[in-house]
Amino acid sequence: MRVHVRGPRRQTLEVDGRRTVAQLLAELGLDPGTVLVIRGDELLTPDVLLGPEDEIEVRPVVSGG
Amino acid sequence: MRCIVCRAQAVVDIPRHRSAFCRDHFFAYFENQVRRAIRDWEMLAPGQRVLVAVSGGKDSLALWDVLLQLGYEAHGLYLDLGIGDYSRQSREACQRFAQERGAVLHVVVVQEEQGLPVPQLARANRRPTCAVCGTVKRYSFNRAARQLGYDVLATGHNLDDEAAALLGNLLHWNVDYLARQAPVLPARDGLVKRIKPLYRLGERETAAYAVLRRIDYIVDECPHAVGAKELLYKEALNLIERQSPGTKQSLLFGFLERGRSFFQAYEPPPLHPCAECGEPTTAQVCAQCRIVRRARETVAVIAPLEEAG
Repeated sequence: MRVHVRGPRRQTLEVDGRRTVAQLLAELGLDPGTVLVIRGDELLTPDVLLGPEDEIEVRPVVSGG
Repeated sequence: MRCIVCRAQAVVDIPRHRSAFCRDHFFAYFENQVRRAIRDWEMLAPGQRVLVAVSGGKDSLALWDVLLQLGYEAHGLYLDLGIGDYSRQSREACQRFAQERGAVLHVVVVQEEQGLPVPQLARANRRPTCAVCGTVKRYSFNRAARQLGYDVLATGHNLDDEAAALLGNLLHWNVDYLARQAPVLPARDGLVKRIKPLYRLGERETAAYAVLRRIDYIVDECPHAVGAKELLYKEALNLIERQSPGTKQSLLFGFLERGRSFFQAYEPPPLHPCAECGEPTTAQVCAQCRIVRRARETVAVIAPLEEAG
């Protein structure tokens, strides 16, 4: 699957295999409470299983300053 | 995960409430939290006119959207701080939002009002941009609200913002801020009433609402926010929240219900009109006028030197 991480850690990654949203965030070292995980126009909960064809956006939600 | 109301596929999980909601029930939850905030703190009368300070970010546009959804006559106020592409993009986001909904948007440009944009005001004063920006925003929002004839100014501060501000105020025992920290700041001596209708909702919820309502907000942060203290406090709170969901809510709501009263003996200093601009201040000349005066003096010294050399 292709994962687009937005915000200060902006990067695009190719990730092999199937995994849940929670597993993906753990691999990326991201706190699930600080991001939204988006597929198309859907928001995904941590238990959703992601497949090899998925295009995922990880969007940070913490703002301030 | 299933929606706790209808058992359909959930789209948002909220660990601190041990809840998850489908799209429709998340909107109902979100609107209920805003309704409850408005009712509990007597923020607005039904259908009242309100000015929403909008930055183009998720919180302020979500707030504007939900107030319109709830039937309030909510108009936007965008303050152009003059921060390069960030200001251009955020202004466009606010204008798009207003256009799509046929809503009223007022735009105030700091450079036109004060002679210089925020980054240059900060540089000339040798102060952090965020500190000068905070002063400029408070001043400009209040002045614009009064000049435009609004009695209430709403801001998009959410549960995370308020918990982080509270942590900062506690760490430094800022008793004057602790006495005033609340979802409503009543009108007094030239200051319009300020309300924070999103204080019951976390920023992940405001972001989820914005995405699900297809609000095209600015995702990237202001370039000057990097390293801001508020982000450090949020990081610390998020670390605790992950191990112990509900900590941020417990900190803030506990303070509002039980802690705040201990600071009420603190009397805020009286306000009077600034000798230069007439806006309310505790000093002879307000902080905004002092910033602008110093910036003009600096520019008057530097500009001829730059031209000469």
